[in-house]
Amino acid sequence: MMGMMDKRITRATAPGVRQRSAAKDEDPPAVALMAQGLNAWFGALHAVKNVTVQIYRNQVTAVIGPSGCGKSTFIRCLNRMHEVVPGARAEGKIWLDGWDIYGQDVDPVEVRRRIGMVFQKANPFPTMAIYDNVAAGLRLNGIKKRSVLDDAVEESLRRAALWEEVRDKLQDPGTSLSGGQQQRLCIARALAVKPEVLLMDEPCSALDPIATGKIEELIYQLKERYTVVIVTHNMQQAARASDYTGFLLMGELVEFGATGTIFTNPSDSRTEAYITGRFG
Amino acid sequence: MQQSIQTRKFFSVTALSLTGLFAAITVSVLFFILGYILFHGIRALNFGFFIHLPTPVGEPGGGMANAIVGTVKLLFLASLLGVPIGFFAGVYLAEFGHNRFGFWVRYATDLLNGVPSIVMGIFAYTLIVLPTRQFSTLAGGVALGIMMIPIAVRSTEEFLRLVPRSVREAAFALGIHEWKTIFFVVIPAAYRGLLTGILLDLARVAGETAPLLFTAFNNRVWSRGWMEPTASLPVMIFTYAIAPYEDWHAQAWAGALVLMMLVLVVNGGARLLLPRRRIAV
Amino acid sequence: MSRSSSPSFNWGDRFFRRVCFGFALTVVAIVIGLAGSLVWNSRLAIKQFGWSFLWGQTWDPVAPLFGALPFIYGTLVTSAVALCIAVPLGIGTAVFLAELAPPRVSEIVSFLVELLAAIPSVIYGLLGIFVVVPWVRTVASPGISAVLGWMPIFRGTPYGVGLFAAGLILAAMIVPFITTVSREVLLIVPRSQREAALALGATHWETVWNAILPYARSGIIGSIFLALARALGETMAVTMVVGNRPEIHASLFEPGYTMAAVLANEFTEATYDLYLHALIEIGLVLFCVTFIVNGLARLLLLRIGHSVEVNA
Repeated sequence: MMGMMDKRITRATAPGVRQRSAAKDEDPPAVALMAQGLNAWFGALHAVKNVTVQIYRNQVTAVIGPSGCGKSTFIRCLNRMHEVVPGARAEGKIWLDGWDIYGQDVDPVEVRRRIGMVFQKANPFPTMAIYDNVAAGLRLNGIKKRSVLDDAVEESLRRAALWEEVRDKLQDPGTSLSGGQQQRLCIARALAVKPEVLLMDEPCSALDPIATGKIEELIYQLKERYTVVIVTHNMQQAARASDYTGFLLMGELVEFGATGTIFTNPSDSRTEAYITGRFG
Repeated sequence: MQQSIQTRKFFSVTALSLTGLFAAITVSVLFFILGYILFHGIRALNFGFFIHLPTPVGEPGGGMANAIVGTVKLLFLASLLGVPIGFFAGVYLAEFGHNRFGFWVRYATDLLNGVPSIVMGIFAYTLIVLPTRQFSTLAGGVALGIMMIPIAVRSTEEFLRLVPRSVREAAFALGIHEWKTIFFVVIPAAYRGLLTGILLDLARVAGETAPLLFTAFNNRVWSRGWMEPTASLPVMIFTYAIAPYEDWHAQAWAGALVLMMLVLVVNGGARLLLPRRRIAV
Repeated sequence: MSRSSSPSFNWGDRFFRRVCFGFALTVVAIVIGLAGSLVWNSRLAIKQFGWSFLWGQTWDPVAPLFGALPFIYGTLVTSAVALCIAVPLGIGTAVFLAELAPPRVSEIVSFLVELLAAIPSVIYGLLGIFVVVPWVRTVASPGISAVLGWMPIFRGTPYGVGLFAAGLILAAMIVPFITTVSREVLLIVPRSQREAALALGATHWETVWNAILPYARSGIIGSIFLALARALGETMAVTMVVGNRPEIHASLFEPGYTMAAVLANEFTEATYDLYLHALIEIGLVLFCVTFIVNGLARLLLLRIGHSVEVNA
């Protein structure tokens, strides 16, 4: 048992780690998002099985698990993007501030304005300039006043730690930036519509380590204002960047808890097996 | 007895050289056509061609001004009919058409594409000429417009499909409605291809003669409004070519040169704008 | 509540979908209208002549007696001549472009071949009248008759105009269709096929003939059907050189007539209803024939997962 401890990545040993306050000794933080009995299917394939979990406000929650375990599917259910795929369907309840986003009369478009998303591969709008990319969400929702847009664009780019790098070239095409910058651009774009929750689906998997580091720093800053849920296949990243972690295996939520606990003292043997690298 | 390696190699080289010869023949046909038209067309082309009306036989001068204007009017009408129908049907197929109905729409589009142009003329004739009892620009425009539809549909669908899913997802994730996503994000992303497709469509239809023979018919003077028969460039070329008069033949070459230039410029331009893309031929 | 691709509550979305659907429906309606109108507007002739319309040899508007066989014959013969010339030429060119030409050359030449397809048919016709017909009259026809005149199809007075000239021009018009599609099909033949043949010690040509072409066979045949459909419906270039005589002769050098050509020439002369209906019935026959041939082409090309956009 002790021998296995050596292999576990603990917060203390991960490089460049900041010490976070262990949440377990204080009052549990407010709940931003709560999934209750969430199930999702791709046609006949049952990808997410009866997941119930609480996402805490202004904290970073990581979702980890082996490939194909349903973590992307799960996160896409949180902003009702899952059902956009033909043949896909989801059932259950997800509470955002006392409002079930899967309720009868709920417009998914509304949901997506309050819960933003950043994708695995940066996808800035190809024909738009940097400025227009960030402003797109606002413009298409009716905000046209130039001054309002200018302020919103600058604020979003600052919050995405990209402002200094692009302030002189806002009219350049979004695609002229490097991979890491494009991803931060997508983050700025998502932040511009002022969501409460930001979902990130493996945001660094297409980036080099330096760009990845910058984004992880950014996530740390973002949680001040937003609730962040991040899917990652990189356990070290989860350990570095998150406060809470959920482990998904074959569509089921096996374990959920403070990141420190999950990585140093998991309760479920399957979690332990995954974390120690016995399967991937 | 097996052929020796030498024989087989010799045969191989010969056969492959033959294919090279065939390719050369094919390309030389193009250059021959271009060269011939250039040669004869330039001799007959002058400024008066563009601004004068046809003169009676034997009288020098004259031009095809009314035919050029007629073609412009016809293309205008044709695009009014063909572009919206083709475009939005293409949008439907690309965005919503992954179902049974979409299959039938594609099938109908293919069918329409394969209809000989003269049969399109018959359709427009029965639709417009018979009830109105006259040849008209309108009838010609309708014939050409219907011909534009299948290419516009295919081209629109293809270029919209080329816009990656990730772009649409990005827009959805921002909380943008579907129709706005399609209209303000997807379509602009594909605008180059879409525009080129429409231009190519127009260029193709501009050269069509058969559907106009008994819809727009012909006219030796200006055609007023939309309900009179009108001259058009291709029909004029045809009429002059089969006539027994030398000076009319010269005019036919001039007209052919103008038409040719139009077609080549648009096709060449399209290829430059969109390299490596299979353009609807 | 189960949620799957839920229709939006937004009226904008619903309206937009409906508009697009409406236009898509219009396309289908136009096709149905076209077919229906052809049938309806040829009903007098259909009623009067029935199936014998298709094998009646006499086309006499004065009598009135309408039989479409001369036109059907002419259409089939000119298309056959065109295919005989265009198929080897087209496939040969495609093989050259796909197998031998360096990529840059292949791209440029393909572009040029596509340009050939974009040339309006009236221009082909113009060259037909002033170049091809005189050439056939003075060189080709006497020449071929001298050598092969013992065969009925190569006998006859050198008019110049006729089925042969029309076939020649059609060949030039349909070669691009065969070449472009065949080249694409040849390019997607997997390397493994090629390598398997070469590994057995085949020469380059043997590889092409025995491994590559057979693999691409359905696509190439599909392209031939497409070209055929185009040839069948081609009007202007044919009208200008075919001689416009509704008679059936054995010789290729005799003037003839095609379905599309008679429509072009006589449509405006149809002074009474039965005449018009007979002409429209020819249009209906043309429609049906091209429909079948195009359908076959699409079937063949679909089987190799190749979607083709070609104008007929």
